[in-house]
Amino acid sequence: MDGFESNGFTEDRCIKSGGDSVVEQICSFRNHLVKGGLQNYPLYIKTVPTENELKFHYTVHTSLDVVEEKISAVGKALVDQRELYLGLLYPTEDYKVYGYVTNTKVKFVIVVDSSNIALRDNEIRSMFRKLHNSYTDVMCNPFYNPGDLIQSKVFDNMVSGMMVQVC
Amino acid sequence: MRRRGPGTSLLHQLLCLRCQSSTGGFPPADGDSSGSSSEPPQRSTFRLIVDWFNSPKADLGDGDTDWISVVPVAGEVNGGGSVLPELSLICKMSSAQWDFPLELCCRPMAFVALTGLDVTYNAVHRAIWDAFCANRRADRVPISFKVLPGDHEYPKCRQKRTSYEWYIPKGILKTGWMNKHLNLVPALVVVFYELDWDDAQWKEKQSECATRVEIVRQSLHGRNTKVAVVLIQKKTPLPPGEDLIASERAAALCNACDLSGKSLFVLPHTDHLVGYIIRLENAFYEHAQTYYYTEIRRVKSHKEFLNKTTHQLLFVRHQFKTAFFSELKQDTQNALKNYRTAYNLVHELRAHETNMLEIKTMAGFTNYKICRLCFQHNAPLDAIAQFRKHVDLCKKKIGSAELAFEHAAWMSKQFQAFGDLFDEAIKLGLTAIQTQNPGFYYQQAAYYAQERKQLANQLCNHDSSTAYPSPDPLETPAGVLDFFGQRPWRQNHQSIEPPDAEKEKVGILALQLKERDVDHSELIITLLSNAVAQFKKYKCPRMKSHLMVQMGEEYYYAKDYSKALKLLDYVMCDYRSERWWKLLTFILTTALKCAYLMGQIKDYITYSLELLGRSSTLNDEQKSRIEKNLIKVLMNESPAPEPDCDSKAIKTAQKVWADRISLAGSNVFTIEMQDYVPFVECKARFLAPSFHVDDPVQIHVYLRAHCPHPFRFSKLCVCFNNQEYNQHCVIEDTYQTSDILDASSQGTMCLVPGKTRQYVFKFVARTEDVGKKVEITSVDLVLGSDIGRCVILNWRGGGGDAASCQEALQATRSFKRRPKLPGNEVCWDSVTIQASTMVISRIPRISVQLRHEPPALTNEMYCLAVTVQSQEATTAKDIKLTAGLKPGQDANLTQTTHVTLDGTEMCDDSHPALLPDIPIGDLHPGEMVEKALHIRCGQVGSRIFLVHVSYVVTTVVEGKEIVCKCHKDETITIETVVPFDVTAKFVSTKFEHMDWVFADIPFLLMMDILSASPWSLTIVTSKLELAPSMTAVDQMESQLAQVVLQTGECASECFCLQCPPAPTNHSGVASGRYIISWKRTSAAKSIPVVNTVITLPHVIVDTIPLFVHAELPSFGRVRESLPVKYWLQNRTKLVQDVEIFVEPNDAFMFSGLKQVRLRILPDTEQELLYNFYPLMAGYQRLPGLSISLSRFPAISNDLLRRFLPTHIFVKPQGRQANEVIVVAA
Repeated sequence: MDGFESNGFTEDRCIKSGGDSVVEQICSFRNHLVKGGLQNYPLYIKTVPTENELKFHYTVHTSLDVVEEKISAVGKALVDQRELYLGLLYPTEDYKVYGYVTNTKVKFVIVVDSSNIALRDNEIRSMFRKLHNSYTDVMCNPFYNPGDLIQSKVFDNMVSGMMVQVC
Repeated sequence: MRRRGPGTSLLHQLLCLRCQSSTGGFPPADGDSSGSSSEPPQRSTFRLIVDWFNSPKADLGDGDTDWISVVPVAGEVNGGGSVLPELSLICKMSSAQWDFPLELCCRPMAFVALTGLDVTYNAVHRAIWDAFCANRRADRVPISFKVLPGDHEYPKCRQKRTSYEWYIPKGILKTGWMNKHLNLVPALVVVFYELDWDDAQWKEKQSECATRVEIVRQSLHGRNTKVAVVLIQKKTPLPPGEDLIASERAAALCNACDLSGKSLFVLPHTDHLVGYIIRLENAFYEHAQTYYYTEIRRVKSHKEFLNKTTHQLLFVRHQFKTAFFSELKQDTQNALKNYRTAYNLVHELRAHETNMLEIKTMAGFTNYKICRLCFQHNAPLDAIAQFRKHVDLCKKKIGSAELAFEHAAWMSKQFQAFGDLFDEAIKLGLTAIQTQNPGFYYQQAAYYAQERKQLANQLCNHDSSTAYPSPDPLETPAGVLDFFGQRPWRQNHQSIEPPDAEKEKVGILALQLKERDVDHSELIITLLSNAVAQFKKYKCPRMKSHLMVQMGEEYYYAKDYSKALKLLDYVMCDYRSERWWKLLTFILTTALKCAYLMGQIKDYITYSLELLGRSSTLNDEQKSRIEKNLIKVLMNESPAPEPDCDSKAIKTAQKVWADRISLAGSNVFTIEMQDYVPFVECKARFLAPSFHVDDPVQIHVYLRAHCPHPFRFSKLCVCFNNQEYNQHCVIEDTYQTSDILDASSQGTMCLVPGKTRQYVFKFVARTEDVGKKVEITSVDLVLGSDIGRCVILNWRGGGGDAASCQEALQATRSFKRRPKLPGNEVCWDSVTIQASTMVISRIPRISVQLRHEPPALTNEMYCLAVTVQSQEATTAKDIKLTAGLKPGQDANLTQTTHVTLDGTEMCDDSHPALLPDIPIGDLHPGEMVEKALHIRCGQVGSRIFLVHVSYVVTTVVEGKEIVCKCHKDETITIETVVPFDVTAKFVSTKFEHMDWVFADIPFLLMMDILSASPWSLTIVTSKLELAPSMTAVDQMESQLAQVVLQTGECASECFCLQCPPAPTNHSGVASGRYIISWKRTSAAKSIPVVNTVITLPHVIVDTIPLFVHAELPSFGRVRESLPVKYWLQNRTKLVQDVEIFVEPNDAFMFSGLKQVRLRILPDTEQELLYNFYPLMAGYQRLPGLSISLSRFPAISNDLLRRFLPTHIFVKPQGRQANEVIVVAA
């Protein structure tokens, strides 16, 4: 039944338009992380390995369609309004794309190889939580200008560490 | 039985005929249904089962036979119609090998053959046939009819196998099987025969009919096909039971033809043909269902003979057949169940390389049927689940590695077919969502098509010398395959190893060579465009863009560069506005290749500009290559080819570029920068938001380049909304073409990467533009020259491109400290665009002073002295003064305010509230002029007055003499107050307050004037203008003339008046007006006197029947006689009795009548004379006179006494007095 119910995801009710979006893409062989700005531009993208990187850029970019749709569907009966995790965005043959949106509408996206069965909903959820925490740390840096590309080494190391785990 | 409608009677006839030979007990005909009405319960089912593949014209049998599909097309015809051409298009393009056969895709319907109808020459038969064909809507039973000749040869039935023991199947499903049961083997053959019950030659006809039936039976030997006879009759049959001959003969005919009574029908050829036909076909449908039921039973009965080792294929085949027959029987639930079983059985087959294709083909067919039925049953999720399972099971079943492209093609087809099914279900009312729509399946189909292309490129790259094998291994003797999914060169072969390795090789080669000729790009593009259409529908703009990029790339590979460019150009802006630079750069790179290969100069330049820009993610090496090419293009040379281009295409492109060079003219291109992120950034700003007309307008233009090498430009110009200024803001350099590469020159016309360059422009605004906005409409930067090619980079407004807005926002947010730059260099982020400025007038150098004495007094000519003094260095010419009430205040104020220059006359309503443009003339430096204004304010209140002085002066700006208009405004608020409060009182002659006056009796009017003005006022004169109802008693001289009143002082005067009797009314009579003529004491003589008019109050006039008045000296003296006369006047037309009594008093002795009773005649008066003798000095009370009127008791004594004096001053006896007496004596 998943096909049409689309997993009953929840969105945050915070009505803040725009917001940056952090998009992460992790595949079991290729890891990828993106963060988008006011108009959904990427703040951070990481793909492991880097070959075929462009394809993942496209995958993440197209997944924003679903993220936006889910965000705009505010007002529908939601399971939990504090839930930031959007779940599986859409199924493709080869990858699973997961989404997460913070209260300020920063988007995180993780792309995982669909053959990777080790990563289940709970693992993805905790990965997002880690990402979110790390992103919050970046934002707390007074020298970071919101909207700029993320160049924090700490953030980068955290993402790399997460991707190593996955591989 | 009663006769009912004609339709009903036929029904009865039919039923009765059947009753005779069967058990009877048919349900009675329902209501009065005339037969032409529909049968509702079937409608809903059939609505769903619309099959777009099944077109009436898709004739699968021999061309001449008429056959129709029963499935309704009306209503859904649009949906079906639109799909059909699309389908045929796809069929044409892809090799037909991968398409599902039409008989698989159609909706199976019971096949009924009609014989004995001559539809060409017999009108009756034609009508019957038409009734079968026409209007086949959803409410009619799903039958496919065909007219066949009576002696038609049906496909021969093979000898039925009694045992499967030694039988080894050669394949899963024969290619002709489905078509055979759809179109060749009928479920029912109907023999039409013209025969009336009372036919004269009954016997002969009966036997002919029997013969016909026999011929059909012969042809159908071995099959379970049913045979039915329909007698076409001219006469309307009688109700059943009444026509004994009919019953008898019907039984006889059944006997002769060996028919059951259920299979004999009568069709009267009357008016109600359609109704009869519908009844007939329902009966046929029942027969057909029975036939398919027995067929299913027959197929199932084979099962027990099969064993699992040798007959695996048969399990699948039988299951598929059972399912297909169920579909023909319209039992879709069982069909689905059987197909599902068949699907599972297919995957249980032992798979190896030789039969992989067959297994996949059958799996694909069965899967298609399952998904179709699931959608039909409105269970889309089941369909999707089945399809996912199918894909998962088959994904890895690649088969022969040399033919791997076949697997990709097959996968692509699976996805595409599912997408089509999904889309069709949506057209019939299914709702899809963003994350589950047909687009994903088309996209995946496209992905597999791309994979197929790649694999084909790898596997089919044979030398061009490789000849197609002969004889063609793909040819089969029959032209078609025996079994679905088998190889033509080894049909019916089921063992693991191929029988002939050489043949196998040749066959594979043939397939590879064929694959080489397939136009993969076209396939991919079609699938992508299908997907694009879907994603557009389901709100996936980014997915749509992504697919369009892929389409563009595919067009690029297919060498259709113009289409590629069109698509890429279309989506570029989406990626640009979303700032996904990496993706944009990639798209631009492809677009640049296309532009190069087509020799599109403008596009080439545009994409180069952007690829060199700051949004580009290319490395410096690539950028510098592009920059070099760009410079070449600007110098009218051919650029170097883009990397990774098709060598043949490059050759063509080089020719095109060479042609472009020789072509003169049209070498100027304008590119709008706000749509791109070019490598030159531009910001223009006016230094101030406004400039005085005598100051030069200053503009800074900042340029910054991002290309890897310094770049020269030939011209920079700024365009304004007033084009006259354009000429002042141009930098131009006519350099030699050879200089263009000379990067070392750090001239003004060269942009160094990363450095901000500032250009300063100045011009003097035109005096006509004072008060207007000057805007930068565009900034143009010209690259190249007229000699070579010329590109104008055009920034609308004050610069800025597709990315600068966001960058500026980020910069303002940034906490970073701006880098300290040496000297005159500017930090780019600190520059803000200022694209417009105001030209404002020159600051005036004059002083305007106002002198006046506020507040103004109502109606006076208030004097406002305006002093203008010039502080200009040159003569101020044409000075004009505009003064008066400031516009825009309450309209009431405008009406009550009047301004004049002439203070000697009172102004009236004809004077305006504002005096515009009073010419004053010229003023030399330092000179002063004074102008007095006179304002009359008719009402109290606060008013704002404006004094506006304008003049013209000539000044020199930047060596240019300009004539400036200057002006200075002064405003003041002036309060207007009343000059004095005037009160009027009516009092008696004794100064007693009176509420009303008595007719003909004198009274006093007291006027009190209280000055409220802070300035002293002079009352020039005052005047009383009496109303006709009033008369003055004595002379009306002003007692206040020339009185000066200080603030708070009060002046009073009184007038003695008399009022003739007037008719009594409550409002009283008018008294007249009081006019005060006054002016300020300080005012000049010329200032006119102000007349303030006060309307006096009305007074109530009463009459009195008796008037009393006394005549006595002004004073008395002790012990001297004081003569007093009392006059009693009768004011009525009646004789009045009056009683008078003098009350004695200590102060006086008196002589006269103490008490008297009088009678006074009308209008006469009576005189009473008394001599009072004062006894005491001082202000003494006189002896009271008590009067009572017997006729008017209401007139009290007190009232009358008011007319009489009460006291008199008595002087003491003195010497002087004595002397007087002496003298008198």
